Amino acid sequence: MTAEITPIKTAAESGLAAAFAALRGRLPDGAVAARREAAFRRFEAQGLPHRRVEEWKYTDLRVLMRDAKPLAGAPDAGARARAKAAGGVFAMIGARRVVFVDGAFAPELSDLAALEPGLKISSLADALSRGDPPPLPPLRAGEGRETERLAAAGPAAGDVAYELNTAFMGDGAIVEVGAGAEIARPLHLVFFYGAQRSAAVFSRSLVIVGAGAGLTLLESHEGPDGVDYQVNTALDLVVGDGGRLNRIKVNAEGGEALHLATLSATIGAKANVSDFAFLTGGLVVRNQLFVRCAGAGTTLALGGASLLKGRQHGDTTLLVDHAAGGCEGRELFKSVLDGASRGVFQGKIIVRPGAQKTDSRMMTRALLLSEDAEADNKPELEIFADDVQCGHGATSGALDENLKFYLMARGIPEKEAEALLIQSFVGEAIEMVPHEGVRDVLMAATLRWLGGRP
Amino acid sequence: MSLPRRRRAKKEAYVSLLEIKNLTVKVDGREILKGLDLVMDRGEVHAIMGPNGSGKSTLAHVLSGKPGYEVTAGEVKFEGRDLLELAPDERAARGIFLAFQYPLEIPGVATMTFLRTAINAQRKARGEAELSTPEFMKRVREHAARLSIDQELLRRPVNVGFSGGEKKRNEILQMALLEPKLAVLDETDSGLDIDALKVVADGVNRLRSPQRAVLVITHYQRLLNHIVPDVVHVLANGRIVRTGGSELALELEAKGYAPYQDEAA
Repeated sequence: MTAEITPIKTAAESGLAAAFAALRGRLPDGAVAARREAAFRRFEAQGLPHRRVEEWKYTDLRVLMRDAKPLAGAPDAGARARAKAAGGVFAMIGARRVVFVDGAFAPELSDLAALEPGLKISSLADALSRGDPPPLPPLRAGEGRETERLAAAGPAAGDVAYELNTAFMGDGAIVEVGAGAEIARPLHLVFFYGAQRSAAVFSRSLVIVGAGAGLTLLESHEGPDGVDYQVNTALDLVVGDGGRLNRIKVNAEGGEALHLATLSATIGAKANVSDFAFLTGGLVVRNQLFVRCAGAGTTLALGGASLLKGRQHGDTTLLVDHAAGGCEGRELFKSVLDGASRGVFQGKIIVRPGAQKTDSRMMTRALLLSEDAEADNKPELEIFADDVQCGHGATSGALDENLKFYLMARGIPEKEAEALLIQSFVGEAIEMVPHEGVRDVLMAATLRWLGGRP
Repeated sequence: MSLPRRRRAKKEAYVSLLEIKNLTVKVDGREILKGLDLVMDRGEVHAIMGPNGSGKSTLAHVLSGKPGYEVTAGEVKFEGRDLLELAPDERAARGIFLAFQYPLEIPGVATMTFLRTAINAQRKARGEAELSTPEFMKRVREHAARLSIDQELLRRPVNVGFSGGEKKRNEILQMALLEPKLAVLDETDSGLDIDALKVVADGVNRLRSPQRAVLVITHYQRLLNHIVPDVVHVLANGRIVRTGGSELALELEAKGYAPYQDEAA
């Protein structure tokens, strides 16, 4: 006899169910109505994750997400006006801006003129309302066992936040870089929350970098302090053989925001992909990276720097799946935790049978600036091949008093000495970013954060 | 019989650069310095020699304000003012420089940034204007060239990937740029080969001036062949047990510290 226990729905779960029922048929649907339905059912089957769900152990959404906000409406004139300054963090880069306000594409704020040959940019909402085939990784429903079916659907399939995103996705960017096209000018996806009331935004983007093509993708997320809005954003990424993609995401959401972000990436052979997440904003943030190295000989670098204070909660969860051999993976994540903030890192590396000569190194370091700050690290390795090099390391600790003394002995006052050391700690991670201008931007943002320390 | 008023006033006005009286220091509850006395004047080079564990590095650290040292008795005056109440950065701004025995690596902080931050922090503390970029660059280039420090090295993070000799030369470069009134060299000769030792010694000798005092802390006499001190002290078991001229260093080299260790015990 088996007993099925259905936990009582939280306010957020009930809210999401009501919202989904109410919105059925009102979202841009095209060919994805069935996908939305299936995704929502998968969410409903598991509910919001809680601390006994291993992947969400440290980020208990049943507790941290108290309610479901109504879906954001079309942005008003004020929000659109404020959005002009959004993404200013990357102003020095001279990137091509594609702007989303409250989740909706804002063509009048975007720069779509004179696209480089091979570059195509469109909006997800447009594609869906035209009834285009769903710009999502293929899903062969009903085929094979559950795991195989999910595997075919992209590495993030089955994840609660990602499924919710699929159920509610409204708009986002569809970017295609044709085979062999090297796009020199970085592309900047600007996500701006401009409403002054609490609402929820579900944005979904798709970036396809063709074989041998190259792109630098910037992403910024920001919004007002004092509004407890909710963002669920996802990016499906496909990089073809020999493709190059460098992505840098800056999260500067407002101080009350809940931000759930998912990268679902499939990478071909001999590609070169880097992803860097710089986090200072939001109250509860989860940045999850699902990356599958599907082709041999690829170089992958995942990095991040989280600077948290107050009661901020920043979770970085990554799953790197080496399905093909000879790939090199480097992961370096740093967090600086002040106040009563909490930094979470979960990193799982899977090396599939046959993925020989995989060389994977994962390192995570937390710097605790306060007695009340907390760092949680959970590295995991699952290795099914015998000729691989895999390592992981995790450290957490306070500022090095000896280094601080060295600086002070040279005349540098204590606060300034601490700032230099924090800068140097964060700098090691920022060094991973291949684009020099972006490195400067991130160092400047680090200095601004340090300047705001009490 | 009292001294004439004028002379007494003049005598009161004279203040040594550094005056240490009965300095008693505990580390982790253990007494390391046990009533150390030392007076240094401007223009003088003193050497403190002593066996391992005699308290040499403790003295250097206490002078520069390293945390973890408990001063249980005695006083240290620098230019007549209490030094021990000052934070390390304040001491540096007043003109105290410690060349570290083991210079630390600071990944992520470029040497140039470090030098500039240090110079300008000290200038700010003294109410002086910041150095202009060209003036700063000029000074760094000049001093670096004299110490045979490659410009490329200055672009790297502080001491990261530097050889032992490069680290010590970098200490002397900092000393030259910061122009301290009192430089304390803590075992600067350790880990140096003879060529590196000469470069470092030449660097220190160039900085000798009537306005500056240098305290050379060393276990071995060989550095003192190159930086010839005016006064040599023997530190044993937490106290200065003997003071003499530069010839004392040679005597120590020949006879070793054994007699002093016996004496102190």
